[in-house]
Amino acid sequence: MSVPRTWRNRRALYSLEGSKCQKCGKYYFPGRTRCLDCNTSGLENHNFSGTGKVATYSWVYTPPKGFNNRIPYCLAIVELDEGPKLTTQLVAVEEGDVEIGMPVEFSFRKISSEGDEGVITYGFKFRPKNYPNHLKKK
Amino acid sequence: MKEIAVVGVGNTKIGEWYDISLRELTDEAISKAIQSANIDPKEIGGTFVGSMSSGIFNQQEHLAALVGPHSGINAPAVRVENACASGGSALRVAMMAINAGFYDTALVVGVEKMTDLIDIGDVTTALGTAADGEWELGVGATFPALYALIMRAHMHKYGSTLEEFASVSVKNHKNGSLNPDAQFRKVVTMETVMNSRMIAEPVRLFDCSPVSDGAAAVILTAKDGAKKYTDDPIYIKGSGAGTDHIALHMRESLTSMQATKRAAETAFKMAKITPKDIDFIEVHDCFTVAEVITLEDLGFCKVGKGGKFSLDGETALNSTISVNPSGGLKSKGHPVGATGIYQVIEIFHQLRNEAGKRQVSKNDIGVTQNIGGSGASCVINVFSRGA
Ligand SMILES: [Zn+2]
Repeated sequence: MSVPRTWRNRRALYSLEGSKCQKCGKYYFPGRTRCLDCNTSGLENHNFSGTGKVATYSWVYTPPKGFNNRIPYCLAIVELDEGPKLTTQLVAVEEGDVEIGMPVEFSFRKISSEGDEGVITYGFKFRPKNYPNHLKKK
Repeated sequence: MKEIAVVGVGNTKIGEWYDISLRELTDEAISKAIQSANIDPKEIGGTFVGSMSSGIFNQQEHLAALVGPHSGINAPAVRVENACASGGSALRVAMMAINAGFYDTALVVGVEKMTDLIDIGDVTTALGTAADGEWELGVGATFPALYALIMRAHMHKYGSTLEEFASVSVKNHKNGSLNPDAQFRKVVTMETVMNSRMIAEPVRLFDCSPVSDGAAAVILTAKDGAKKYTDDPIYIKGSGAGTDHIALHMRESLTSMQATKRAAETAFKMAKITPKDIDFIEVHDCFTVAEVITLEDLGFCKVGKGGKFSLDGETALNSTISVNPSGGLKSKGHPVGATGIYQVIEIFHQLRNEAGKRQVSKNDIGVTQNIGGSGASCVINVFSRGA
């Protein structure tokens, strides 16, 4: 993973910052400056609430480089309460625990690493909503 | 669009060719295509090369300059990249060049030499570049996993079953067993498919197309000059392409591909056909669910019923519609950037009654559908014998 890439995406990765169109109300994750629906420019930043539900998921047995810490891991598309979808990993779940429609919430985690001495990327994963003994998103 | 003819084709067998280089693969395909069209290489006006990821697979870019001159073709060349739809897209760009009047005749080459990467994690990462690097691959997605997300959503929404998806693999292996150029020429059972190794649940190994080496080449010419090269040219009657968001999660639907629908609408309108007119089709079954969704998106069956349509045998050779008579990507193999050209070559042979044991009996109209990524790009072409 590239350091500049992770750095410039840090707000989206670390705190689910996206953007919202003041005119038509549409939300975007990751954020962007122009609304694709109504063409309004200068969209404002929006911090997503971090809750949503599972739209679809898979248990990945053959990971790409940097993602082989835990096999299998659960990859999912989560639909945020505000509307946008994102691809993410689900944590604090075992095979058989996950269902489409299941409520989930933001969880700050390690995403990938480049061996023992390489760059570690942190960012969002999602866990079952109201999962105990974890800090809530602020 | 001015009508364009395919007058010559050539390809390598698909396989894991550790002892053959990329340029040797394209040279074999080009040499066969030149021979097939009986053309003087000097008559080729332009070369178009489709390849997805030679930079990662082979540490080699600038393929346009590598491929043409190595085979003695010094026409101006350019590479076209559209992930797994690179071959189909290169064909379309060549058609545009002929239509714009730049050239009368063009060489289109598709190639991928994937086995230079030994570590399967490296291959997975290379193929993953066809997805959104920052927001899919960067958070742990792989290509099989993206199609697994689609498959799961389809099963949930429509009640489609693992058995239905497996039937696609069984059918394509059966067809591929009759294709001497296929990578896997082995019939497989439902049990083999459904008990194969898990890749990205619910996608198993036998839902996936393989890692392959191969090159394919076709020679296109404006309709008027086609008979100069062959008595039996085939004609491109319609062509369409569609583009959608690169990331699956950004698209309108998880269970249908807008890119396929848009490409089909344009291509079918141009060719003045409806899905009912199609006798056989080469579709992009990179994963079994891709074939299922394509059957639905192209209107061969009801939405949500593509799997059942397949399990019921409607897509078998010489059934309701022959789908992937070549064996498809699953059995024939999937050298990604070459696949779109291999599809055209299958149509060429089928329309000319040259397909041997896998020859389809109804062969007036054949269609190709070439997907890029997890459905962000699609190219569809319609072919027939009549000008
Ligand atoms: Zn707006």
